[in-house]
Amino acid sequence: MKEEIPPSEREATSLRLSRRNFIKGVIGGGVAASSAHYLFRASSLLGESSAPGDRLLTLNVNGQLRRADVMKQETLAWTLRYKLGLTGTKLGCDRAECGACTVLIDDVPHYSCSVLTHTVRNKKVVTIEGLANPDGTLHPVQQGVIDEQGFQCAFCMSGFILSAVGYLKTHPNPTRAELAHGLSGNLCRCQDYDKILTAMMRGAENLRKVSRA
Amino acid sequence: MAVIRDIMPAFQLLQPGTVADAQKLLAQHDADAWIMAGGMDSFDWLKDRIKRPKVLVDLSGIEELRGIRATADGVEIGAMTRLSEVVGHPLIKEKYGLLAQAAELVASPQIRNQGTLGGNVSQDARCWYYRAGWPCYRAGGNICYADTPVGRNREHAILHAERCVAVNPSDTAPALIALDAKFVVQTPKGRQVMDAEHYFVGPEIDITRMNILRPGFLLMAIQIPSTWAGAQFYFEKMRDRNVWDFPLLNVASAMKLSRSNIQDIRIAVNAAAARPLRLKAVEDAVRGRECSPATGEAAGKLAVQGAVPLQFNAYKIPLMRNLVKRAIGGVQEAAWAS
Ligand SMILES: Cc1cc2nc3c(=O)[nH]c(=O)nc-3n(C[C@H](O)[C@H](O)[C@H](O)COP(=O)(O)OP(=O)(O)OC[C@H]3O[C@@H](n4cnc5c(N)ncnc54)[C@H](O)[C@@H]3O)c2cc1C
Ligand code: FES
Ligand code: FES
Repeated sequence: MKEEIPPSEREATSLRLSRRNFIKGVIGGGVAASSAHYLFRASSLLGESSAPGDRLLTLNVNGQLRRADVMKQETLAWTLRYKLGLTGTKLGCDRAECGACTVLIDDVPHYSCSVLTHTVRNKKVVTIEGLANPDGTLHPVQQGVIDEQGFQCAFCMSGFILSAVGYLKTHPNPTRAELAHGLSGNLCRCQDYDKILTAMMRGAENLRKVSRA
Repeated sequence: MAVIRDIMPAFQLLQPGTVADAQKLLAQHDADAWIMAGGMDSFDWLKDRIKRPKVLVDLSGIEELRGIRATADGVEIGAMTRLSEVVGHPLIKEKYGLLAQAAELVASPQIRNQGTLGGNVSQDARCWYYRAGWPCYRAGGNICYADTPVGRNREHAILHAERCVAVNPSDTAPALIALDAKFVVQTPKGRQVMDAEHYFVGPEIDITRMNILRPGFLLMAIQIPSTWAGAQFYFEKMRDRNVWDFPLLNVASAMKLSRSNIQDIRIAVNAAAARPLRLKAVEDAVRGRECSPATGEAAGKLAVQGAVPLQFNAYKIPLMRNLVKRAIGGVQEAAWAS
């Protein structure tokens, strides 16, 4: 389902407003007296599901607005993989200890296994599926991987690429050591670090060429 | 321990936009509420089903808790400021580099992008047994599983252990103590400002908590006075891997020299005890003395007085002695004389 971006902003604003109403409702009378779709009873207990509308979110993922029914306790990795079908994001440890699940949230690398989906309502999420141009041209960092054949099994690859893309946004011209530090939150169980780093350095170079052009 | 790769048990998620709203929600839900900042300490508890809060109060939408501001006398850092913002902030780097160094060594880039300064100083112990849900002292029981002849206690305390031998694992806490930071805490009864070292508590005061926070309390901000701005700083952290791993021990010091003499100093270590330790005896002993390897060596010896090793952590005693020595006397190649 594709929409234009502007409605997202309207949507986001209305969500913010209804959220504020909701909190007021909770504080005021113990019951959220709002007609917005965020309505749910303040007394809703553990395990008891709240009003269905309360879980419906519109997320900005890879520049598209995607609607999903998301539980409060659901992580972003879970939503991306199992609700939105974006299985390029991998789950390794589910404990913020491997980096396989790395995605960009407002351009900054995060472990999506350790982010609640409901906290990214008004943010922009980018996954590996969102890097290439719609015409199929790969992102310069992806191209770097092809150029250098940087991975073995590549389970860790999407996480590494998103870490690199995020890091390069703020450090476009890193030394090899600096880039290694920038990518240090990602593990590779095939231990292919040297080639991965070479590929990412090539990606950085490709990116500089593209942005100069 | 089995790693459960399922969805966390359900909770209510409340996302207040102001401190006032947060306080009301916390008052309303009292002990049922769990405060979530970046969540990097919280999620393990929730995913492992060790802690089962009914309500999560997410502070990430509260603007007033974020940001780094210059004040008349130093700098104020909102509790919700991300560690990577602390690391990259020009004022922190230029004048309070000790904190930037410490924050930079926390965990991994992604964790620093999400973990907050307030969460880092408020995080819970990482003792294996406690985190795995064993009913130990810290969890309200009446045994310590780590303090037994076969307990896995390589990471545990060498100082001030009392029944519980877990340590405080924060890297930024000792840096903040060395910088003489003040913690601003909102309690249901009003605002309190306290010295960094008084924010933390050991098992002799409360065995189930690492700090003074109780239900309804909010850490608002951390203020660093200009007293130590631009002083001579030293931070060193020992860990097994250079990423992710918590400190086996760390040291943070701020020193003012007049010629080659130590005019004044503050020094603290963490991961040695259940709370970060300010080494006051060391400060008093070296003040006025020459800043030299010999002074460092004497300081190191003094620092570990009274240390008691467990089965697998005796290495921490020479480690702490050496880190204190290096912080004061500089990094030397030579090994210990004795
Ligand atoms: C794999 C891994 C490795 C790590 N390695 C290190 C390391 O090497 N060094 C290190 O220092 N840390 C390390 N950490 C800990 C991490 O840095 C901290 O967990 C993180 O900084 C906590 O911040 P947070 O905002 O994510 O905390 P949260 O999980 O949101 O909060 C932590 C605790 O503090 C409470 N809290 C948070 N903010 C407030 C507030 N404003 N008022 C009242 N209560 C509050 C919460 O209720 C919770 O109990 C590691 C964590 C992980 C997962
Ligand atoms: S799956 Fe998220 S860091 Fe490993
Ligand atoms: S290439 Fe196999 S995990 Fe990295």
